[in-house]
Amino acid sequence: MYAQMVKTEAKRVRSLDEMEPQERAFQQRIDAGQKIEPKEWMPEDYRKTLIRQISQHAHSEIVGQLPEGNWITRAPTLERKAILLAKVQDEAGHGLYLYCAAETLGISRDQMYEQLHSGKAKYSSIFNYPTLSWADIGAIGWLVDGAAIMNQVPLQRCSYGPYARAMVRICKEESFHQRQGFDIMTVLSKGTPEQKAMAQDALDRWWWPSLMMFGPSDDASVHSAQSMAWNIKQDSNDELRQKFVDQTVPQATYLGLTVPDPALKWNEAKGGHDFGEPDWTEFFAVIAGEGPCNRERLEARRKAWNDGAWFRDGLTAHAGKQAARRQASRIAAE
Amino acid sequence: MSSEWPLWEVFIRGQHGLNHRHVGSLHAPDAEMAILNARDVYTRRNEGVSIWVVRSADIVASAPSDKGPLFDPANAKVYRHPTFFDVPDEVGHM
Amino acid sequence: MSAPASSSAVSAAVAEFALRMGDSCLILGHRNSEWCGHAPALEEDIALANTALDLIGQTQLWLGLACEAEGKGRTPDNLAFLRDVSGYRNLLLVEQPNGDFGRTLMRQYLFDAWHLPLLKALIGSADRRIAEIAEKASKEVAYHLERSADLVVRLGDGTAESHARMQAAVDFLWPYTGEMFLADAVDDELASAGLAPEPGLLKAAWQVHVGTTFAEATLKAPEKSFVQKGGRRGVHSEHLGYILAEMQFLQRAYPGASW
Repeated sequence: MYAQMVKTEAKRVRSLDEMEPQERAFQQRIDAGQKIEPKEWMPEDYRKTLIRQISQHAHSEIVGQLPEGNWITRAPTLERKAILLAKVQDEAGHGLYLYCAAETLGISRDQMYEQLHSGKAKYSSIFNYPTLSWADIGAIGWLVDGAAIMNQVPLQRCSYGPYARAMVRICKEESFHQRQGFDIMTVLSKGTPEQKAMAQDALDRWWWPSLMMFGPSDDASVHSAQSMAWNIKQDSNDELRQKFVDQTVPQATYLGLTVPDPALKWNEAKGGHDFGEPDWTEFFAVIAGEGPCNRERLEARRKAWNDGAWFRDGLTAHAGKQAARRQASRIAAE
Repeated sequence: MSSEWPLWEVFIRGQHGLNHRHVGSLHAPDAEMAILNARDVYTRRNEGVSIWVVRSADIVASAPSDKGPLFDPANAKVYRHPTFFDVPDEVGHM
Repeated sequence: MSAPASSSAVSAAVAEFALRMGDSCLILGHRNSEWCGHAPALEEDIALANTALDLIGQTQLWLGLACEAEGKGRTPDNLAFLRDVSGYRNLLLVEQPNGDFGRTLMRQYLFDAWHLPLLKALIGSADRRIAEIAEKASKEVAYHLERSADLVVRLGDGTAESHARMQAAVDFLWPYTGEMFLADAVDDELASAGLAPEPGLLKAAWQVHVGTTFAEATLKAPEKSFVQKGGRRGVHSEHLGYILAEMQFLQRAYPGASW
């Protein structure tokens, strides 16, 4: 997921009876499916958790530009180039919407960048894997965006108004992303033997990291329980992962590709697939900064930010000068 | 640390003679650039024909209740719309 | 007006012209796309990608016309991905490395200030296909110019550092601007057939625009500068080879594959 293992301060989820009247009223509104809006009262932990979750989601979008951005200049046709550029541009837009949503909670975008650049804030583990071939662009759209959509669709109904509205916009724009990825995979898997091998190799490398996107099982997690009580998380990690596998496996079959999991098989009794366990040691290492591309990704973000300081300052200075000039001519006219 | 560009709220009127509608926010050094940025950020899919921006800080809001010509180009970018891609029936919903 | 040229000669001139337009759009779009994910602010990242997308879209139209006019059964992708450096007809200006964001914007501005009046003139082309492409592209490019000129002014008249960077960008790029106004036999033929304006006729409008913008931006055009030329006859700077090596990699590594 684009926001993984978001922590709350909760030790356990309290019942309505245990809450003070203000918080009880707040929780009852959420239970009734109402939206919480920026200036309304909210528990401090709700606010902080949302900042963590939304900013992590935003960081994932802009760091997520990098692995795919890698291939914009190498896209194999003019149309593919335009489509990929439009997609990566959308991710910048989604990051922008999400940062704005988080800003309504009392943190600035620059502060969030600072947290990203210092390594304090996390972003999705998935973007720390390299894009080694053109098929990786297909696999990311198909698998990574496919996984993200599973989580983002229900978030359109989450309890925090600005976040929910940002997700509505994002989901609307994002629907072409998964399709473009699958389209690339389709062409490759029906192409030359080299192209098909390229597609299989991409699936082999992206399958497990995609399953890890949902995070480890959180059935026992108090943070997840609290987030669900607040309606800023709707499904458990395992539920989403199951849904993702069940949706994706037939698509892989259609492509004539093999999902790299020997344990994968249909379980008639449960009406879903059984599948193997991702390597959580690898997941935690990637989260801790030890993935194949963590350093490159953060370095690229820091460089863009630092190299752009003069530009942002130049525009600020000009806006100040213009305002002063207008003020002066207004005074002169009076 | 230099100062951050202020935040602007963006309102766009769609093509059907409706009211301007709040679509989101963005950062820009001044109002003129906020308009340009809004055009680039919020009308990528030909969403609007008229843009208003206002500094977020200048919005006056009611107290929360306790109860609770530039737009032709995007037309050409059909690939932004999911229907541009054929999804085979066998594959199911995407 | 000279004597009417034969239709095959006109077709060849149209094909050459469309290549020149398409290649400049492609290479500039490609250069701009290099910023995607790396621009100084999210809003700029998105805006520059829009410009790049417009240019790539225009590339498809111009190269489509080039294919049609040359009549050899090639596609725009064949032209983009299978020609070597010497086959490319873009201006040297657009293949220059991005440098800092200021240089990228200045390159865009110097190009836009030429591109828009050219497209406006092309709307009156005797060739309907040229006129239609120009009509569509001019709407996009009018916005490119509005934005790039605005940013040049703001950064030129911003901080001491932004001013210095923009001035350095002017000084670096200026020698590549003269090429836009040079004519060769193809241009003469196009002009005499009423297909495209004489390149030299665009210079005055460009100079006025640049002069006004630079005055507001407190920037100076170099007083003396030589003209780097050759792009439109396939003699490029060293940079283009690297652009093509990257851009054409897949098509070259997997000949004949569909993508």
